[in-house]
Amino acid sequence: MRAPAVSSLVERELRVFVKIWHASAFSAFGMPVLFLVAMGVGLGGLVDDRPGAAAGLSYLHFVTPGLMVAASVQQAAGESLWPVLGGIKWDGRYVAMVASPLTPVDVFAGVLAWIAIRVAASTVAFLLVATVLGGVVSPWGVLALPATVLCSLAFAAPTSAFSITQENEVPFAMIMRLGVLPLFLFSGTFFPVSNLPGALQPLAWLSPLWHGVELARHATTGDAHWADLAHLAILLAWVTGGWLWGLRTFPRRLTP
Amino acid sequence: MLESLVDATGLTKRFGSFTAVSGIDFHVQPGEAFGMLGPNGAGKSSTMRMIGCVSPVTEGHLRILGMDPAVDGPAIRARIGSVPQEDTLDTEMSVWDNMVTYGRYFGISHALIRERADELLRFFQLIDRRDDKVDPLSGGMKRRLTVARALINQPEMVLLDEPTTGLDPQARHLLWERLYQLKRSGVTLVLTTHYMDEAEQLCDRLVIMDRGRIVAEGSPRELIDRHATREVVELRFASTEEQERSVPLLEPGSPRVESLTDRVLVYTSDGEAALGLLAEHALQPTSVLVRRSSLEDVFLLLTGRQLEE
Repeated sequence: MRAPAVSSLVERELRVFVKIWHASAFSAFGMPVLFLVAMGVGLGGLVDDRPGAAAGLSYLHFVTPGLMVAASVQQAAGESLWPVLGGIKWDGRYVAMVASPLTPVDVFAGVLAWIAIRVAASTVAFLLVATVLGGVVSPWGVLALPATVLCSLAFAAPTSAFSITQENEVPFAMIMRLGVLPLFLFSGTFFPVSNLPGALQPLAWLSPLWHGVELARHATTGDAHWADLAHLAILLAWVTGGWLWGLRTFPRRLTP
Repeated sequence: MLESLVDATGLTKRFGSFTAVSGIDFHVQPGEAFGMLGPNGAGKSSTMRMIGCVSPVTEGHLRILGMDPAVDGPAIRARIGSVPQEDTLDTEMSVWDNMVTYGRYFGISHALIRERADELLRFFQLIDRRDDKVDPLSGGMKRRLTVARALINQPEMVLLDEPTTGLDPQARHLLWERLYQLKRSGVTLVLTTHYMDEAEQLCDRLVIMDRGRIVAEGSPRELIDRHATREVVELRFASTEEQERSVPLLEPGSPRVESLTDRVLVYTSDGEAALGLLAEHALQPTSVLVRRSSLEDVFLLLTGRQLEE
């Protein structure tokens, strides 16, 4: 993997993106903002009457980082499923890439780099709106940005490593419905994990999303914990594991 | 002597227990047009992919431009052009952006890409479509764009895997013409095809492949001279009985007589003489065609008539 190689791939994505950005702007940015207004401001008005409901925070403060990370993870998962398979299966653009000096590992790195950039861009926009709405308490909130990007990569790395091995998109809808959606709902995003039935709580701890949400929440509320180091380590482990997996699957598929 | 651009000895490619390429030897010299001819599944594309450094060699020795693909893949690919069997154009972009994007993969500057892309699109008669999306282009145009794109790095050698499969005659001839011009400008061409006319039109030297092996090698003319006779007589008879009776009569005068379901093929140095033998026995074919042997005859002789799929 070389930096100029990856930047040429990012350039390719940008070239496509500038023409179709409006199509994905709503799902990446508009929808989370709508959720934020509806849940943080609207629903929050109800919840906040019940003391201690949202881990001692106002519901808006609680749900802002949750929504932000969860929406980013959804975006990252989507980007590492269909477009990755499409690159080898439908339009063959990865075949063209590896016929140039680019290597399969460059292609993999390019996928992740682009996802990181997309997620970072929507997260910045979301953070700005959330700050205006009063969802971000602390200036440490800027650290929620790297936390969100890291958490998105914790999903994107293993997911794209998996997608490239597939022959069709059949498993993808299942992954979104049975994998990403439950995580979206139950990873401490909309309510604390401690509100889950006891037996289910350890499941939430397995979810990289929970670790990302915790990190981001501690940033936006300015309430750091020692446990954040563990969250960070676990997310890095997911990224590393996914990366190592992709180092095998991308070359195997693109240069058989 | 100039160094070979491709130097393959005992080149082998296996996928699991399946052997796609089985220990082949060949060399490609600078400036020549080298063809690989063979039926589907003969191992042509697997060989091409190994030369293109997009498929690791299982066994044997391979050097491209004097370098080892296992070590110097990116450096080799930077100096060759690759036209895979299926178009791999970026369908989300315009013709122009396809050229630019691909050039960027080679690390070429924007200014240089603009200059070359303009020139190449003109050469391949695509300049009028530069701002169009790729999808609505005709098959011939997409193919030309794929070739144009593969030339953005001014490669020393261009690999073309079945460059004209699926194109109509006009589109094929235009592409042949352009490839010929390219060859004349000194670019080495390596191509696979199962079209005999393509091989005869473009290739200085050919290998015929079958089941992962090279079964013959030479210029189109040499192959015909070596493996076929000067002429071929194609005979059809009114009945199977007449056809069966004709075969033993023809055999003494000709090195090879092939009796197919619908006709008899007589490979001979003198077609008229063979016909004379039949007339002596009052056998009257319903149709007679005496023609010169073609590469197709060689191909079918060496790779068989059975359809293998």
